[in-house]
Amino acid sequence: MDRLLFLLATGLARGAIFALFALSLVLIWRAARIVNFAQGAMAVVAVYVAFAVTGLTGSYWAGFASAIVAGAAIGFAVERGVMRFAPHDSPLSGVIIAIGLVMVLQSALGILFGATVRPMEVPFDERPIVIAGVPVLSPYDLFVLVVAVAVMAALGVLFTRTSLGLQLRASAFAPEVSRLLGVRVSRMLTIGWMLSAAVAALAALLLVPTELGLSPHSTDVLFVYAFTVAVVGGLDSPPGALLGGLVVGVLMSLVTGYLGATVAPIAVLVLLVVVLLVRPGGIFSARQVRQA
Amino acid sequence: MSGATTTDGIAAVSPASDASTAGGTIAVEALRAGYGGEPVLHDVSFALAPGEVVAVLGANGAGKTTLLRTVAGLVPVASGRVLLDGGDLAGVRVEDRARRGLAQVPEGRSVVAELTVDENLRLGALQRHRGRARDAAVASVYELFEPLARRRTSAGHQLSGGERQMLALGRALVAEPRVLMLDEPSLGLAPIVVAQLMGVLRETAASRGLTVLLAEQNVTSALSIADRGIVLALGRVVADAPAAQLAADTALRHAYLGF
Repeated sequence: MDRLLFLLATGLARGAIFALFALSLVLIWRAARIVNFAQGAMAVVAVYVAFAVTGLTGSYWAGFASAIVAGAAIGFAVERGVMRFAPHDSPLSGVIIAIGLVMVLQSALGILFGATVRPMEVPFDERPIVIAGVPVLSPYDLFVLVVAVAVMAALGVLFTRTSLGLQLRASAFAPEVSRLLGVRVSRMLTIGWMLSAAVAALAALLLVPTELGLSPHSTDVLFVYAFTVAVVGGLDSPPGALLGGLVVGVLMSLVTGYLGATVAPIAVLVLLVVVLLVRPGGIFSARQVRQA
Repeated sequence: MSGATTTDGIAAVSPASDASTAGGTIAVEALRAGYGGEPVLHDVSFALAPGEVVAVLGANGAGKTTLLRTVAGLVPVASGRVLLDGGDLAGVRVEDRARRGLAQVPEGRSVVAELTVDENLRLGALQRHRGRARDAAVASVYELFEPLARRRTSAGHQLSGGERQMLALGRALVAEPRVLMLDEPSLGLAPIVVAQLMGVLRETAASRGLTVLLAEQNVTSALSIADRGIVLALGRVVADAPAAQLAADTALRHAYLGF
């Protein structure tokens, strides 16, 4: 029972990271109708920036802030510099450009920093918090959960309660009508990329300390799981990304705990296949409301 | 409208202060435009005075939609000019034309299906009004179209055809445009709903001095509220005359309007 509680709590913390990263994929999908395969590579660049800033200043929090800023800046650069010029007639062109971008970014990081794995320190105790004699979760896992919930709440408020959010949604759903109403749709697209890349950078920054450390390939597996989460939840659905992330996180944690770490990826893939067979649009896919 | 009260030099300055509510002038000069290849519009010229309601008539494929989309900036101009209050709109982006007071209700109930009625209206009011003024502007649309007030939180895709067209029109009006263009607002609506809609359009245009360019296949409805009609055939202007005169011209109606 103790073990189950611990595995559930750890799974939720890991799932919150998947959820954040999946949410970033959903944000871009909704804004630009592109599955951004470069999201992981873009995020890892931002984590390198955070690593460098933390190294220079000695402050984890300075690195934390700079990862978010760097993420947004990378999102801006990728949208304005590369993705804007992707031909819109084929959905594949965006995907191919993104994969090319992955190669460029990861090679550049390898050239600049080498392929060595650099451990990342966090200012949190490693030992789990013990409640009533039961070890529940580590302070870092708790921090991850708090940050994830705060970011999701902030995005929820942004999209549903502010003028900017209204314009972001309208631009994604009906770009031409939005332009006729005076909305600067092209600027909204850029802001969508910046938001998405910043969220992805934050998710990657939270994940890396729980893994072996930072390398150009740190986010490869994260991307695969988050992509699974986004598909399971429905690429169109932010709530789907959140719940899907938690489900995948808990599933992995339980399978790892009871059956072994090597079985966990298989369990996730089985989940993906089952969802695609039963509900191809994802569990939370939006109803088709648009005919044209 | 405001320029008509005085004839001295001051009048030329004063309209600027209430330019946001008074009607504007819209003109096209020797316009050729289309979607690449052979242009759809050939040498189209006309001008609308402030507060004038003009119907654009013509059969399917005459170029009515292309004309409206070209004025809005959605279709590139091959040659000729589009002028808003005398200023050339060449190079002005669609969204900036909208911000200058050129509104368009596109064909086919352009309500954003995923947003609620209230969100659609707020989207329309966004560029013109801030804070409390925005709430008031949205509330005024609910007064104008009462059925919408009961459906504030309904998503666009849940509305009936008539409600969608009310919302599309309300969303355009809430931005307080100077020139309003509508593309086939009567399409697919019951005659009684069309009559209501045209009534509101006529009243609003008159009370605000709004300039209206109305593309319609429903000739009778359009001419019933228009001051003047322009008839297009194969992308050319074949008639430009007062509404009453067009309505009485049987030969022209037979030749170009099909009844």
